[in-house]
Amino acid sequence: MAAKSIISRPVYGTLSPQPGKHHLFIADAEGALAISDMAAKAPAGFFDGAEIDFIPGPDNKHVAALEALRPAQFHQAPSFASLLPRLKQTLGNAHMGLRLYLAGTEGLIGQAMQVALEAGIDHTSMQTEHRGSLARRMQCVHCKGITENVTTQPSTCSHCGLLLLVRDHYSRRLAAFQGVCINAEDRSEIPPMEEAFP
Amino acid sequence: MSTGTTKLDVVVSDVVPVNELVTRFHFRRRDGELLPTFSGGAHVVVEMRDGDRTRLNPYSLMGSPLDTREYTISVRRDDVGRGGSLFMHRSVKPGLEMVISYPVNLFSLDLRAKKHLMLAGGIGITPFMAQTAQLAGEGGNFELHYTCRTASLGTYADVLRERYDRRIRLYHDDRDERIDLDRLLSTQPLGTHLYVCGPAGMINWVRDRAAALGWPSEAVHFEHFAAPQPGLPFDVTLAISGKTIRVDEQQSLLEAIEAAGVDPPYLCRGGVCGQCETNVISYDGKFIHNDHWLSEEDHRSGCKIMPCVSRFEGRSLVLER
Amino acid sequence: MGITFRKETFRDDFTFRNSPEHIRRFPFPFHEDAYMYAVNIEPHVVGPRGSVLENLIDVDEHYVAEMQDRALVLAEDPLRCQSLPHMTLAGWDLLELLMEQQALGYPEHFTLTRDGDRWRWINRPLGIDDTFTFGDTSTLPYGPMEYITRQSQGDFCILDQRDGNLWMDAGMVTTQADWSLDFDIGMNFFEWHAPVPLAHEKGIFTRALKFLTNIQQGKPARRLNWTMTINPRLDTSPENYHKWGPDRTTVTPENVGDKVHLRVELQSFWRLPRSNGIVFPIRCYLIKMDELVTQPKWARRLHRVIRDLPEELATYKGLTRYRPTLVEWLSKLDDGSATSPGFGPD
Repeated sequence: MAAKSIISRPVYGTLSPQPGKHHLFIADAEGALAISDMAAKAPAGFFDGAEIDFIPGPDNKHVAALEALRPAQFHQAPSFASLLPRLKQTLGNAHMGLRLYLAGTEGLIGQAMQVALEAGIDHTSMQTEHRGSLARRMQCVHCKGITENVTTQPSTCSHCGLLLLVRDHYSRRLAAFQGVCINAEDRSEIPPMEEAFP
Repeated sequence: MSTGTTKLDVVVSDVVPVNELVTRFHFRRRDGELLPTFSGGAHVVVEMRDGDRTRLNPYSLMGSPLDTREYTISVRRDDVGRGGSLFMHRSVKPGLEMVISYPVNLFSLDLRAKKHLMLAGGIGITPFMAQTAQLAGEGGNFELHYTCRTASLGTYADVLRERYDRRIRLYHDDRDERIDLDRLLSTQPLGTHLYVCGPAGMINWVRDRAAALGWPSEAVHFEHFAAPQPGLPFDVTLAISGKTIRVDEQQSLLEAIEAAGVDPPYLCRGGVCGQCETNVISYDGKFIHNDHWLSEEDHRSGCKIMPCVSRFEGRSLVLER
Repeated sequence: MGITFRKETFRDDFTFRNSPEHIRRFPFPFHEDAYMYAVNIEPHVVGPRGSVLENLIDVDEHYVAEMQDRALVLAEDPLRCQSLPHMTLAGWDLLELLMEQQALGYPEHFTLTRDGDRWRWINRPLGIDDTFTFGDTSTLPYGPMEYITRQSQGDFCILDQRDGNLWMDAGMVTTQADWSLDFDIGMNFFEWHAPVPLAHEKGIFTRALKFLTNIQQGKPARRLNWTMTINPRLDTSPENYHKWGPDRTTVTPENVGDKVHLRVELQSFWRLPRSNGIVFPIRCYLIKMDELVTQPKWARRLHRVIRDLPEELATYKGLTRYRPTLVEWLSKLDDGSATSPGFGPD
C-alpha cells in the first residue's frame, strides 16, 4: 500500500458507494478487486447505473469477476492511452451527479483523475483506492519529460538522461511525482539505485 | 492578530421603494471618489446609528462590479425582527451620512465553472444581481431560477427578464409554479456549479436533493441571510475586559459586546463565517444557537457561542472577551 | 530626483552590487540571535523612509537589471509564467494594483492615467508608453499578469480562494528559491508547502491559512523569509539546478565574502477585488557577506543564527555543503558581544 509521507503525496482510501444514479469505474489490474470488494457492500441495483472501464494486467485476470457484477456497460481496454478518447467523450456527455471511482496503480489513478479534472469534476469527490504496483510516473523538473513505471531510487530520466531523486512531492495536474537531479552539485557522486517502488 | 475591514464614509444618494416589502438604497462616497470595486456576491456591513443604539447589518451589493460610482442594496422589511430593517425603511433618507464597511465576499463565484446555475428565493435575489452582471460582462454561462411569493414581490424580476431573457426563469408561489428541482439537477453538464440564496428551508431542500443526486459538496454554494433574532434580555460577564453587560431584546449579543467598547472580529454578522467565535468560560442556563458555523457537538458542549446571531437564557454566562 | 538604476548582471559575470544606501536599507530578517519558524505575519503598512517599506511595492536601484534578467529567463523557459484559464480576471486585478502602487510611490518613473476603461501606462526606466483597454487582453502585448509582472520586481503568485483553501493557479516565478511553478501550479496551500520540514507538525500552515483566507481589501499583510545563495543569481529554479547547484561546491575560505549571499524574501498578501483572490508578491533582496558585515551587529547575529540552525532547516535551505566554511569565516567577526534587539543595523 502507498505510504503516507509529505502532504502533497496523495493518500488513497477505500472505494465506497456514493449517492446518485450514475457511477463510472476505471481500474487496472488488481484494482478490479477493489471494485468487487466494494460491490459486496453496495445497495441492490447499484451497478444498474454503472459503467466499468477495465485495463487488465499482463495475466488477464479479473475480467469475468467484473462482468459478473452486470454493470450497465463493461468495457475492456488494452491500455490507458487506448481508453482515453472514449473516456473524454463519456465525460463530455455526462451530467453533474456522475460519480467517479478509480482503482489500481497510482499511474492509472493519476491519469484518469487528470482527464476528469479537465472535464470539471472536483478531485475531492472522486473515490480512489490503490492496489498493486507502487511504480510511479515521474516528471523531470529539468527537461519536463515524464518517465513511466519508475521503480528505483534514484532513477534515470528516460528523456534527458539525468539521474534523478524521485521525490514524494506530487502534482495532480501533471499526474506525476517530481524528479530532481540528484548529483547536480557533484556529478561524480552516483548513489546506487535501489528498488523503492515495486 | 485579528482581521477586519476598512470603513467607508458614504452618503445616501437615493431611496427607492420597490414593492410593499422591499426598498432599495443607493450610496455614494462622501468625498465624491469611486467606491472600491468588488466581486459579485460581496456584501457590505451597514452601521445604523439609532439614537444610543448601534446595529450592524450585512447587505449584498446588487449593482454591477463594473460600475462603482455608487453601491446599491435592497432591504426587506421585517416587522418582527430586532429593528434593523425597520430603521432602514423608516429613518434612512437621501442625504443621510452613514458608515459602511469595505466589500467582503463570503459567497463568491467559482470562476472555473463551465456553467453557473443560480437558485434564488425572495430577497435572496440580491447577490445574484451583481453576479449575473459580472458574468454577463465577460460572456459567462449562467442560468437563474427565481422563486417569489407573488409577481409584485418578485423584486427586480422585470429588470432581470429584460436583461437576460431566457437565462432567467420565474416561479410564483401564488400561481403554484414550482422549480422542478430533481429534473434541473439531473440535466446539468459536468463542471456546473450551483448557487442558492434564500430562506433556510429552501437552502436545506436544495442541498439535500443535490447530495442525493450525486452532486459533490464542492460544487454547491449557498448563502444564508440570517439576521440576529430578538429574544429575552440576558446578562453576560466579559471575563477579559472585566465588564458585565445586558443584552436587550432588540440587540444581538455581538452588538451588546461592541456597545461595551469591546471589538471582536467579524465579517458576516450572520452566523456563517466563524470570525466572532467566542469561548464560554462558564454558564448556568441554556444556549439558543442560531448559527451555521459551529458543529452539533460544539453546540451541545456549551463551550462556544457565535455572538452575532445566538442568544442565551439562564442565570449566568461568562465569556472569554 | 528619482532612483539611479544600476547596470549589472545576475548570471555569467555577476556584476551585481549594492550601493552603500542599499546595504543599510537591506531587510535583514533576524531580530534575535536564533531562528525558528513562526507565523510571523504582520499588517503591511508603510514603514520608515529609507527602508524597503517606504512604499508597499518597493522599486529599487536594481529594477532595470532585474527586469532584463527576467526577460532572459522567460525567453529561455516560458513555463515560468503561467495562468490557469479562470485566473485572467485576477490578472487584471494585479495589473491595477501594481500600476497604482508603482505610480504612487515613484511618480518620476511611472505614470498611470485612467479615462473610464481607457488606460495609459508610462514606464520611463523601461521605455514603455502603452495605451490599452482595461479588461480587454487583445489590447496588450501579453496577458495582464505577464504584462505587469515583466515590469515589477520579485515573483508573484496569484491564489484562487475556494473551499476554505488557497490554490496557486497563476504566477510569474523567475527569482525563486528553488521551487517550480510548472510543477506546483494548481496545488493548494498545504500541498505546495509540503516539502517544508518541521513546520507542518507545528500547525503553522493551518494557522497561516486561516489568517490569509480572511484578509480583506485594503488591509494587506506581510512576512519575511530567507535563505542563502552562492553568487548573486536570481534564477535559482529547480529547472536549472544542474546549472547553479555546482556553485555550492566552489566556496572557499578566501571567497566567502564575495560569493556567499544572504537572500531575503519580503512576502506580502493582498486581497484582489474583482476576483476575490489573493496575490502573493515575493520580493527578493540579495547581499553578499562582504557587504553585510559592514554592519557589525549583523555580522555577529548572522554567525550565531547559521551556527545554531537545526540540521533539517539547513538541509532544506541547501546550506549543508558550505555551512562550516561560512560559520568559520563569520566567527572571526563575532567577539561574543551582545546584539541589540530588532532587525536594523546599529
